[in-house]
Amino acid sequence: MEIHELTLTEVQDLLDRGELSGTDLVEGLYTRIDAVEDKVQAFLELDRERALAEAKEAGKAQIAREADPGPRAGVPVAVKDNVCTMGWKTTCASRILFNFRPPYDATVVARLRQQGHTVLGKTNMDEFAMGSSTEHSAFHPTRNPWDLTRVPGGSSGGSAAAVAAGEALFALGSDTGGSIRLPAAFCGVVGLKPTYGRVSRYGLVAYASSLDQIGPITRTVADCALALGWIAGHDPLDSTSLAAEVPDYRTFLRPEVRGLRIGLPKEYFGEGLDPEVRGAVEKAVQQLEEGGAAVLEVSLPHTEYALAAYYLIAPAEASSNLARYDGVRYGFRGEGSDIVELYSDTRRRGFGDEVKRRIMLGTYALSAGYYDAYYLNALRVRTLIRRDFEAAFQKVDVLACPTSPTVAFRLGERTDDPMQMYLSDIYTVPVNLAGLPALSVPCGLNHEGLPIGLQLIGPPLSEGRLLQVGYAYEERRGPFPRPQL
Amino acid sequence: MEVENGPGWEIVIGLEIHVELLTRSKVFCSCATGFGGEPNTRVCPVCLGLPGSLPVLNAKALEYAVKTGLALNCEIASFSKFDRKNYFYPDLPKAYQISQYDLPLCRHGYLEIEAGGVRRRIGITRVHLEEETGKSLHAGTSIVDSPFTLLDYNRAGIPLVEIVTEPDIRSPEEARVFLEELKRVVEFAGVSDVKMEEGSLRCDANISVRPRGASRLGTKTEVKNMNSFRAVQRALEYEAARQIATLRAGGRVVQETRHWDDAAGVTRGMRSKEQAQDYRYFPEPDLVPIVLSPEQIEQWRRELPELPAARRERLAREYGLPAYDAAILTASKKLADFFEEAARAFPDPKMVSNWVMGELLRLLKAENKELDQVPLQPSDLVGLLSLVRDGVISGATAKEVFEEMFHTGDPAASIVDRRGLRQISDEGALREIVRRAMAANPDAVQSYRQGKEKALGALVGAVMKETRGKANPQLVNRLLLEALREAKP
Repeated sequence: MEIHELTLTEVQDLLDRGELSGTDLVEGLYTRIDAVEDKVQAFLELDRERALAEAKEAGKAQIAREADPGPRAGVPVAVKDNVCTMGWKTTCASRILFNFRPPYDATVVARLRQQGHTVLGKTNMDEFAMGSSTEHSAFHPTRNPWDLTRVPGGSSGGSAAAVAAGEALFALGSDTGGSIRLPAAFCGVVGLKPTYGRVSRYGLVAYASSLDQIGPITRTVADCALALGWIAGHDPLDSTSLAAEVPDYRTFLRPEVRGLRIGLPKEYFGEGLDPEVRGAVEKAVQQLEEGGAAVLEVSLPHTEYALAAYYLIAPAEASSNLARYDGVRYGFRGEGSDIVELYSDTRRRGFGDEVKRRIMLGTYALSAGYYDAYYLNALRVRTLIRRDFEAAFQKVDVLACPTSPTVAFRLGERTDDPMQMYLSDIYTVPVNLAGLPALSVPCGLNHEGLPIGLQLIGPPLSEGRLLQVGYAYEERRGPFPRPQL
Repeated sequence: MEVENGPGWEIVIGLEIHVELLTRSKVFCSCATGFGGEPNTRVCPVCLGLPGSLPVLNAKALEYAVKTGLALNCEIASFSKFDRKNYFYPDLPKAYQISQYDLPLCRHGYLEIEAGGVRRRIGITRVHLEEETGKSLHAGTSIVDSPFTLLDYNRAGIPLVEIVTEPDIRSPEEARVFLEELKRVVEFAGVSDVKMEEGSLRCDANISVRPRGASRLGTKTEVKNMNSFRAVQRALEYEAARQIATLRAGGRVVQETRHWDDAAGVTRGMRSKEQAQDYRYFPEPDLVPIVLSPEQIEQWRRELPELPAARRERLAREYGLPAYDAAILTASKKLADFFEEAARAFPDPKMVSNWVMGELLRLLKAENKELDQVPLQPSDLVGLLSLVRDGVISGATAKEVFEEMFHTGDPAASIVDRRGLRQISDEGALREIVRRAMAANPDAVQSYRQGKEKALGALVGAVMKETRGKANPQLVNRLLLEALREAKP
């Protein structure tokens, strides 16, 4: 069997048994990358030699502690290009950071390395994670492995496409308003947005700090459980990270849903929902019901305001987070005869249109005279949305709904219409506003053979429960097909 | 410009003071603080604001900020948070400063001062914690007209408290006195070493004038770039006079920021382009709110050392010193500590006070040094004063010895011995020298006997000359008077 056809869990077993090494994995994955990357274009930086060197180094470190019979590691991980990696560029798919090599590893990367894992390459994304299609990359778009004329979703489109195409076993994504779940759904892979604070944000280049969260993209729910265990946990370098113990998520992988209460938020099944998507999600829920889960309808009454609140809060934070890219210390530097001109030229040429649009939106929302009407009201809506979820979780254990109202759209289809683009995230954004964990699991293909995502949402720190439900669903669904490349 | 704030005008001043806190590491990362250092050596991804880095609050900085508030009689907020103040400037690596906006750590305090013999209570509006910026070195006069600007981020991220007063200050002199007292308070509280020349204390002022008796405040200007306490007083004197002259001439004061030019002795309006900033404050999402329990606040209150006002009062009471002495001895914590350590080991506190206020301060000032920059210890002063008290050396000799101690830190006794300065207090020996002096100066003896008491001086001088100044002067006086009486014809 080819390496790219294995799951992360299978690879882990082979590593543990000593039948496979980290360098074998790098070689195997790069062989696959050589075969399909021209079509998919999931990566921004690939460097076989560097990846091999990292794998060799990690392997030596493991041999050095041979006496320790613990699980073997050595998985090369595809890392979204907004997560800092020493030795690899971290550009956020932006011209303004085109040459930026961070002098430090993000905590997630440092943690992976400590466990013996390595970096495979850096994946493409919408510039600064702003977008839903990966078309806003300053360098090139990524294509959906299921249909190369379609987008992979965004903003972690490179990560999801790489996993779907077999170029990676596990990729890191980041999710601010759906950026892990949407591309996971579009590419037919599993994506988890953890509870806000479950995974350290240290070294994740900020888009909207109060919403950003790193999470895994894998082929199966079991793989997701394994990967989440590697990256979750408290980090003293991130004040917003949670102190709660990290359970062994694999212990939740039981196909058991008897007695589970599943809520269907009625606002997520309304106008704008593609009937085929609705059908696939309803069928998935039915399968869980057949397994003994109770299904009931619930209401999240403030859902209709979520997108508006998100597009004030996220750009407001972004306008501040992205202000540091001024050409003075690192990255792209424009020209100008004085400092103001230098700033303007750097930012005019360094940022793409969508980034500029959000910086302007956010700057406006925070400006004197508008702050109360926009930013403050958005924060109030955010509180109401959080309360909606709290009330719902009094009645049910998890919520089930579509990840996105549609399947993957065509490249270029929505780039001229930001509002249409933003609507892709209508079912994912509320979760970020409430800081909740949510899992996207493939739940079928539409008539064109395009994947559909089932989204499972739980209360804070219920990642284990979500993985259990996802796993139980997967067991009933059976193996998910692979895209033909 | 002459100050022309005659009885007809009232000056209203409020101050905004920034003080660097004396923590070992920066406020949001573990880089070392401290003045100087090779440029850009005390930096890390966090204080450089590199992409992806996050701040973590230094617990000591929080403690020091709260202690600053407590020392200024503030209420401490049980719930407080950080906000981002957004503006572009190359010395601000994130293009925002982590500061506090609507929920500062401390509010509603006051500081009592005494200026021109009047005791006044100046309200403290708020004290909040924020981060210091880096330092810009312009090749020209400002960033706009310089061919290049150098940036040093060593300072970026040093913890800073901003202290804002109510508009309670009524004269430029009061403003200076307030700052001096504030400096002492934060220094005594142990939260800062407040060196204005190193920029660890900076002050901006809002100032307006109004006809005496008017209830409405006049239009204010903000004065910046005052780099010493004296500069604050001078700048505000100038600015008050300028505003009064403007109003008298029928003009109106424009609300603006004005730069103090110390060399020229004037304030100048800044270009309007550099004004009217909208900082777009919003809550800092990378930090969690600060929640302080009453127990924690109380503990910090208990830990607060004795502050200048209390110490002045205690020094006067405990050591029986005049208020004047107590005020001078508490000019700095180091000086007060020095005095007390010496006074505890010597039975005459006023004598200690005289030496500290006199010789010690004179030499420090002459050599432009701080107390901790000289080797002299309180025990050295006690040793010296003991020699004076025991008649081993005279007061005049003691001043010489003190100067040497001041520079070398050697004990007084060894200096006295080495230089052979021991005073002659042997009555027999001195009586003989007195006899010889009288014999050698018959004219002086004659004059004295004719009632010219001044002539005694010449005889004392003769004794001193012969003993090379080592004779005990009181003893010489007594012996001379005795001899003059006895030998009366």
